[in-house]
Amino acid sequence: MLVYIVRRLLMLIPILLLVSFIAFFVIELPPGDWVTTYVSQLRASGIELSSQEAQRLSQLYGFDQPTYVRYFKWVQGIVLRGDFGWSFQWGKPVGEVIAERLPITLTISLLALVFSWLVAIPIGIYSATHQYSLIDYLATFIGFIGLATPGFLLAMILAWAANQYFGFSALGLYSTEFLDKPWSTAKAIDMLKHLILPLVIIGMASAGSTIRVLRGNLLDELKKQYVVTARAKGLSEMQLLFKYPVRLALNPVFSTIGWLLPAIFAGEVLISIVLSVPSIGPLLLRSTLAQDMYLTGSIVLILSALTIVGSLISDIYLAWADPRIRYGGLSK
Amino acid sequence: MSTQLSERTESGVTGSTPFIDEAEDRSVGSVDERLEAADERFYYANPWKLIMWRFRRHRLAMISLVVLVLLYTVALFAEFVSPYTATWRAEGLQMMPPTKIHVFHEGSLHRPFVYGLEKTLDQETFKYIFTEDTSTPYPILFFTQGVEYKMWGQWPMSIHLFGTGLDAPPVMLFGSDQLGRDIFSRTIYGSRISLSIGLFGVLISFMIGIAIGGISGYFGGTTDELIQRMIDVIISIPLIPFWMALSAALPRTWTSTQTFLAITLILAAVTWTGLARVVRGKLLALREEDYALAAQVAGASKSRIIFRHLMPGFTSHLIVSVTLAIPVAILGETALSFLGLGIQPPAVSWGVLLQDGQDLVAVAQQPWRLIPALFVIGTVLLFNFVGDGLRDAADPYSA
Repeated sequence: MLVYIVRRLLMLIPILLLVSFIAFFVIELPPGDWVTTYVSQLRASGIELSSQEAQRLSQLYGFDQPTYVRYFKWVQGIVLRGDFGWSFQWGKPVGEVIAERLPITLTISLLALVFSWLVAIPIGIYSATHQYSLIDYLATFIGFIGLATPGFLLAMILAWAANQYFGFSALGLYSTEFLDKPWSTAKAIDMLKHLILPLVIIGMASAGSTIRVLRGNLLDELKKQYVVTARAKGLSEMQLLFKYPVRLALNPVFSTIGWLLPAIFAGEVLISIVLSVPSIGPLLLRSTLAQDMYLTGSIVLILSALTIVGSLISDIYLAWADPRIRYGGLSK
Repeated sequence: MSTQLSERTESGVTGSTPFIDEAEDRSVGSVDERLEAADERFYYANPWKLIMWRFRRHRLAMISLVVLVLLYTVALFAEFVSPYTATWRAEGLQMMPPTKIHVFHEGSLHRPFVYGLEKTLDQETFKYIFTEDTSTPYPILFFTQGVEYKMWGQWPMSIHLFGTGLDAPPVMLFGSDQLGRDIFSRTIYGSRISLSIGLFGVLISFMIGIAIGGISGYFGGTTDELIQRMIDVIISIPLIPFWMALSAALPRTWTSTQTFLAITLILAAVTWTGLARVVRGKLLALREEDYALAAQVAGASKSRIIFRHLMPGFTSHLIVSVTLAIPVAILGETALSFLGLGIQPPAVSWGVLLQDGQDLVAVAQQPWRLIPALFVIGTVLLFNFVGDGLRDAADPYSA
């Protein structure tokens, strides 16, 4: 087991390097760089920057160096000093800008994941044990709608409805009266209220697929002979259900965290933009538009790294929970 | 026997396993004969026929397919089907709610018609109020003259499927936006980009997927290992941020055609991984089969083995994967355009239309601005239903 974990941890290194390479390649794609964007912005507002001045800026930020040199400098900074580069837009190190907002993104994403399980697991089990019942059809239908409705649309509609029918402004993380107040119970409750909408919307999308996976697996398990045997031996239906088939059927749910996490992070980014939650989402949108390249690249890198670590955890959990997985086999 | 066979081909396919509709079959021949004919047809049918029969039994999937074909046809003839063009503006009729279509005029039945509208400003709320002027009915005409347009950007025409004519008050099924443009026409025009971007995007990702998956499954070993790790990494990058970063690379000065192609490529840049995995997995499994060995012993070339013997074994799976990948691409375009990173106005797509409705205040006062969203949701659902039906149909072990 320990060997397996160490091996997987070691494999993280080349994968993360590859991700950093892709992230950097993506931010290198736009023609020009931050300085040219900045110069044209200044020009638009009537200030003409001399070419020497522009060159000085380029030199200052290292844009005159070839791409691969900058890539190595960037990676070197991250690995050696935890320095993700400089955000031109904010005039602060990228690390600081992200650190302010990453906790909100993480909280919302993880809570949304938990929320989706809380909704999906009971419904999935019920759907499988009561196949073709009304609730089964209803769950399938809602699952489909959850898959088909773009989260940002749902966010818009629900935010509007909350405002229209409850007089509650769902935008942001706090109501305006709490913005500059210190922490208090009232403020915490206010924040929780604002969290409901993003949680439900992000959670619903992944709940839809979880219900389908769980239902399908449980249906397969319930047909197996050990279920018949257990029933013949007189185990009560409840005990029977939760002791064997549900445990087996849940494994794929946890093992697919690796696929769910990217979707959840992506959903969080998009929905935060619509609901103007001060998380990574709006930050990413603004940085991509302004060609604040190190910020964009670092956000893509960090979100991907989190996903990879998340799926690693789920793999380790699976190796521990499911004795059929021979992790030793990987070591040849 | 042969006449019976041809007679039954049509009626039998909609019934239950093995594709025989009992009620209809009772009318012809004895029990034995009936079974024989059915069996014969069943056992001689090629796999594609079996898939088609099974698919046709899936009612929801069939209906979805028909509606999808209809949507694409409408998109193809967008200029003709929509009563106005995407850029035409109704003078003085901004932010108008959907036009009501009446059939009763002064108590008597009338062909479908609309009334003229009068706009007044509510002095208290500063909202525009539209009231119907019920004196004259303006009938909705079919194949009528209307706003001039260029069919497929080539031939100047002015005939529309329906409309009220140029001089009568306009018929705007989904209302108008803040510039007085017809949202129905814009939705139809937008469907052209939104629907085709899904198809093209997936077509490209399909080609990349087959090529890379094929290489991976065919060579195996280190090449396979490298490609698979690469795919692992790409899958772990959250789609939307990745797409956002990529599409920020598009110069704002590009023409709409260039942007369209670029967005298509961006959508394909990520979605090919799923297809590559399917191809690779199936190739690896099938090349161990006896018939692949047999073909090799018989002296078939490698490309012949792959394309002639192995590929047909999983084409059905590929079709399912492709069907399910299209809605992902459609949603991707919508999200990007909604954020202002995708298709740029004046080009119209569903995402662009939703961007217009981004303002919550606007949505509260003019909820009809969100109607294009129903088209997005509907299309995605339809593709999912068709994909599900295909998956069931393509599975040789299902009942």
